[in-house]
Amino acid sequence: MFRNTYDSDNTVFSPQGRLHQVEYALEAVKQGSAAVGLRSKTHAVLLALKRSTGELASYQQKMFRIDDHVGIAIAGLTSDARVLSNFMRQQAMSSKMIFNRPSPVNRLVSAIADKAQVNTQEYGRRPYGVGFLVIGQDDSGPHLYEFSPSGTAYEYYAMSIGARSQSAKTYLEKNYEKFMDCSLEHLITHGLHALRETLQQDKELTILNTSIGIVGPPAASEVLVQARGAFRILEGEPIATFLSTMTPKEVVAAAPEPDTDDDEPAAAGGDVQMSDA
Amino acid sequence: MDHHPTNWGRPRDDRVDPYGTFPIHARPRPKEDAFGDAVKHTQQPIVTGSSVIGLKYKDGVMLAADNLASYGSLARYKDVQRLHPVGTSTILGAGGDMSDFQYIQHTLDSLIIEEFTYDDGNKLGPTEIYQYLSRIMYNRRSKMNPLWNSLVVGGIKSDGESFLGYVDLLGTTYQSPTIATGFGSYIAQPLLRNAVDEHPEPLTEEEALSIIQKCMKTLFYRDARSLNKYQVAKVTAEGVTISDPIEAPTVWGFAEGIRGYGAQTQ
Amino acid sequence: MTSIGTGYDLSASTYSPDGRIFQVEYANKAVENSGTAIGLRVKDGVVLAVEKIIHSKLLMPESNKRILTIDKHIGYTSSGLLADGRQLANRARDESQSSRDFYREPPTLKTIVNRLSLFIQAYTLYSSVRPFGCTSLLASVDKHGPGLYVIEPSGISLGHHGAAVGKGRQLAKTELEKLKLNELSMRQAVYEAARIIHLVHDDAKEKDFELEMSWIGAETNNIHLPVPKDLFEDADKQARDALLEDMED
Repeated sequence: MFRNTYDSDNTVFSPQGRLHQVEYALEAVKQGSAAVGLRSKTHAVLLALKRSTGELASYQQKMFRIDDHVGIAIAGLTSDARVLSNFMRQQAMSSKMIFNRPSPVNRLVSAIADKAQVNTQEYGRRPYGVGFLVIGQDDSGPHLYEFSPSGTAYEYYAMSIGARSQSAKTYLEKNYEKFMDCSLEHLITHGLHALRETLQQDKELTILNTSIGIVGPPAASEVLVQARGAFRILEGEPIATFLSTMTPKEVVAAAPEPDTDDDEPAAAGGDVQMSDA
Repeated sequence: MDHHPTNWGRPRDDRVDPYGTFPIHARPRPKEDAFGDAVKHTQQPIVTGSSVIGLKYKDGVMLAADNLASYGSLARYKDVQRLHPVGTSTILGAGGDMSDFQYIQHTLDSLIIEEFTYDDGNKLGPTEIYQYLSRIMYNRRSKMNPLWNSLVVGGIKSDGESFLGYVDLLGTTYQSPTIATGFGSYIAQPLLRNAVDEHPEPLTEEEALSIIQKCMKTLFYRDARSLNKYQVAKVTAEGVTISDPIEAPTVWGFAEGIRGYGAQTQ
Repeated sequence: MTSIGTGYDLSASTYSPDGRIFQVEYANKAVENSGTAIGLRVKDGVVLAVEKIIHSKLLMPESNKRILTIDKHIGYTSSGLLADGRQLANRARDESQSSRDFYREPPTLKTIVNRLSLFIQAYTLYSSVRPFGCTSLLASVDKHGPGLYVIEPSGISLGHHGAAVGKGRQLAKTELEKLKLNELSMRQAVYEAARIIHLVHDDAKEKDFELEMSWIGAETNNIHLPVPKDLFEDADKQARDALLEDMED
């Protein structure tokens, strides 16, 4: 029934010192649809692909606000995510309550990582089956973290999780050095390009299946957002402007780095064109 | 009638022990005794410090408190420091119960160590310490078990602005450019306000120090629980410094004619 | 391996017929395959250094610390499962704080090591938990002077002059044994630590790595701190240069 002797239980090390149940939990993350996160000097953004079970069903929620300054995108078991995000919200609130300061982002992430570790060590539990990308801003600027069910959290320039996220990662690894100096618009376009890599052949990013989460000062199209740029989730019509900045896929294939030294006039319709960042 | 000291204040209950035959420690109490689980908390401070005064000036914040800890009206300890640095940009001054203050000091020291161990570049400044203290004080008073202190928190915030706030045993908080606690709120506060509010420019360090000295001297003249030995702390962009004990020059010649002070016998 | 398939290796609460607890041995395997961590106890302090394996180039450099602080005067690092190491660090922090609450003085390193050892050992007793998959290094200067301890997944703790755990431990130990640790200053130890970490890292076989170092002792007023940037960079550079020279030879 089991693949090997050592994988039925999270309290058992394999002879190689591995924890198979934890590794399988990481697979659960890959079952979820993809999410991409990236950051610049001024912003951190999340982009996620929403799935829908059918025409009559709504799209699943992929992003959650934790506090004014922190938000997450998830991949994997949504119910596990709700438990962990509620925990993060409590931590964030308690920081405000006790110290009158927004919780530093790394501490929120470490808190859930430490919580998740316990589920990899004690009998009768299972590791969480969800991965997070966490963005936030604090005194040290914007941040992007990845949390994983193994109980670790790392800070990244850019990262992707979920189904086919390796394709997005390849894009990010190719382009991440440009991200730091990107404007918000360019950062989002990069994110959309990365997210698009995770799509199946015949699918496209639309205003229905895409979520964008942002921390940092507002983009030109975000009229109502205040200058300090609390975490917000864009869905539906407002993301149309961002989707339109994407370079068509064929062109991307032809020119692997479409966003560099490209000072051509904007395309028809006054779309924001990606230029050198 | 039950005259045993352990039963003072309790309703007598003849159903259980009509003749008071049990030894005191084993005296049975009926389950429904409403006072059975009663706990008596602190009713008054024991060893106390008097006023703390503080004001904002050009470079930051200055606090002062004398070195006396009284036992009732007895001037019991005369070298007690009532100013405590918290981290690198905050100073705490305390009046009221000195053992409660020592508890608070330990709690804050633990907090600072915890913050240090995070090693992530975040610091606890005066606003954070102030909020933390006000939560502790309000929480304790809500348990009907207050920490019997009035506290003054001063410091420099991360944005460079100075901070001065008050919190007491009831969890009452306020912030102001000048603060004086205890008897000082009657004696020193008006002097501080005169100096700060009516001064067009922010006070210089010398001006701030001189008004602090004036306040501490006046308090020594007027407050019977004060001492003419005090310390001044300042928080500036450079950090926290606490002075050695200072004495204000006082004259007592006028008191010779006062009954109880001078040589006269009646 | 004689352990596999016998059924004696599925729980920490089971001895094998020859008296071994295989689950603890497997936990050690998790340590043996992970980045090297070393500690040098010298005359006026202790230096910790780790080879932080960079598993993705998207990682933020200088973030994601592996050397943690337990108390003002106690440094910690681990090799093995990072999440387990963090759990132990948090436990050590709690122990240190509760010791301070009780005795109102900074705990000695030995106090913390003993408490942490007991905690780790408890996870080798039951089938309901697995042992910790990490070996810890603790460094401190307390009232008894500089101290360096290693705690293994079994709960065994030993004091060391020089310690090395993780993948490159054999070579690192050989290098440490060549040093006269009792005669080194902290500053010299930083250079030696950087050199050893660079030396044991196998460029050909392994992923990229980032050096991380901390120290405590006379130079830091007996407070556990990261090695200052300028000193770090100089030590890092010298270690790289030395390695290049060796290769040219």
